[in-house]
Amino acid sequence: MNKATSSLGRSFAAHAILATYTIIALFPVIVIIVNSFKSRKAIFRSPLSLPDETSFSLVGYETVLAQGDFFLYFQNSLIVTVASLTFVLLFGAMAAFALSEYRFRGNLLMGLYLALGIMIPIRLGTVAILKLMVASGLVNTLTALILVYTAQGLPLAVFILSEFMRQVSADLKDAGRIDGLSEYRIFFRLVLPLVRPAMATVAVFTMIPIWNDLWFPLILAPAEETKTITLGAQVFIGQFVTNWNAVLSALSLAILPVLVLYVIFSRQLIRGITAGAVK
Amino acid sequence: MKAFVPANPSHSPDVFALGQAQQKDRKVGSLKLENIRKSFGDVEVLKGIDLEVDDGEFVIFVGPSGCGKSTLLRVIAGLEDATSGSVKIDGETVNHLPPSKRGIAMVFQTYALYPHLTVRKNMSLGIKQAGLPADKVAEQVDRASKMLSLDDYLERHPAELSGGQRQRVAIGRAVVRDPELFLFDEPLSNLDAALRVNTRLEIARLHRELGATMIYVTHDQVEAMTLADKIVVLNAGNVEQIGSPMELYNKPANLFVAGFIGSPQMNFFDGSRLEGETAKTIGIRPEHISVDTNEGQWAATVTHAEHLGADTILYIDTDTVGQIAVRLFGQHNYDDGDRIFATPDADNTYRFDAQGQTIG
Repeated sequence: MNKATSSLGRSFAAHAILATYTIIALFPVIVIIVNSFKSRKAIFRSPLSLPDETSFSLVGYETVLAQGDFFLYFQNSLIVTVASLTFVLLFGAMAAFALSEYRFRGNLLMGLYLALGIMIPIRLGTVAILKLMVASGLVNTLTALILVYTAQGLPLAVFILSEFMRQVSADLKDAGRIDGLSEYRIFFRLVLPLVRPAMATVAVFTMIPIWNDLWFPLILAPAEETKTITLGAQVFIGQFVTNWNAVLSALSLAILPVLVLYVIFSRQLIRGITAGAVK
Repeated sequence: MKAFVPANPSHSPDVFALGQAQQKDRKVGSLKLENIRKSFGDVEVLKGIDLEVDDGEFVIFVGPSGCGKSTLLRVIAGLEDATSGSVKIDGETVNHLPPSKRGIAMVFQTYALYPHLTVRKNMSLGIKQAGLPADKVAEQVDRASKMLSLDDYLERHPAELSGGQRQRVAIGRAVVRDPELFLFDEPLSNLDAALRVNTRLEIARLHRELGATMIYVTHDQVEAMTLADKIVVLNAGNVEQIGSPMELYNKPANLFVAGFIGSPQMNFFDGSRLEGETAKTIGIRPEHISVDTNEGQWAATVTHAEHLGADTILYIDTDTVGQIAVRLFGQHNYDDGDRIFATPDADNTYRFDAQGQTIG
């Protein structure tokens, strides 16, 4: 480390800024988790205080676990998120490779067409999508959600990944060709490891909106057996009465899986950065 | 150099450090290009190239950037398809074969090592992919690593090596493939000056030991002059001249070659500046001009002097033919503003016609 960055004042300032940001960012999450362990009265009386002997209550979690099939909701959310993420990354990376690597007629137009999806919100097509799903008998299946989320995530994935893939040394790919690697091996073994940081970025950007989405599960798959966690948590929000204990507990639980996924990807991201450069 | 390669493998004298089983079935390849053309869209990059390379020759493509030399190399490698024309390696047309089936190996300017593989795996990947048995693979890697003194680095990753070491690994990866044809795409451009000289010697030694056919692309004429058996000078997609380094130096076919080969560049001036001269352009190399303080053909003023120790290079302004450079061997005490006389060596003067072609 060089002198300039190790000086005490600088590092203190940097940490102060980062700490402030962390507190602001984490505050709502902490409030949710803290209050999920309190009784209903305590939540309203002093929302910011920590639970003590009198206010501590697991009633929210008990309600969540008793009412509705929350493990199933979790499972649905996980299946939908992981499957969509896999398809987005796989197809997005493949399309990006083709666009960045091969010269063919209409390459530029194809790239623009694929990028167009970034600017047009997929929700504008909800009615058409619903009709399509009804016609193909996919309503109330997880497949419907996976298809929609894959379509939703692809434009950004293709856009970001093709930019990164252009930076992968052409000589490296040619060296692979001379060594007799197939285009698939070149893609999977040479190019993908080098764009891993970009893949992790795309994964995080794709994953969060899918996990949090309420719109498409509500419209395409509201049945009990296909409910996702966000939709499941809505049970406790009523028009007149809201069971805050249950809502907060459900949300606290919903944070966990996505947190695990995020940790996995961010580790990949760091490993990608430190894996060593091409040159 | 070809003479070192025994025509009959069974008589192979075991004279080289690499006197292993490998050496016996050493393959050498000839290359023949017939009217190679290549266009990218409307731009024609190669405009009909014909070339023959014999077994074991070291051929260098040289030319200014954008002359198509790298594209030509990539066409030979099979990384680009020629728009028309045929590529024959060892008498066999290979136009439709993928790079890995052409019996070639290529060394790239940016080394292009696989960053996630160790040196050993980098070197063995190609032959493993070709389906060689494991013991043979180990043997080949061993041989190449000895030849290039890479034994200490075999388990390291490319990121842990210096630039020179990486280029040696890249060369080793090519040697391991035991190709009929080595292709080098500006392999020294990314190295610093000292390393460049060392690696150049290494490549020359490699060619002597392997006796393989090598094709080498560079824009550096020193590399071309020092390594090549045969130099191909390319300009704007055309072959300007093919010949040995000394042929190109002594008998340049045209203005372009005359100007490209030799450093500092050949001096050119209008024929009309000399009395009784019919040629359009006259050329004379800086080393073929002598100077004297008292007498000579052209009176001149020194405008700049470069003292290199072994050479002294003078830039002089002559009254007769304008600005020219003069290269003197050894050290001389000329300085800016000195009045001197320059005399060209009449036997080493080149004359060019209006089309830039050399006149007899």
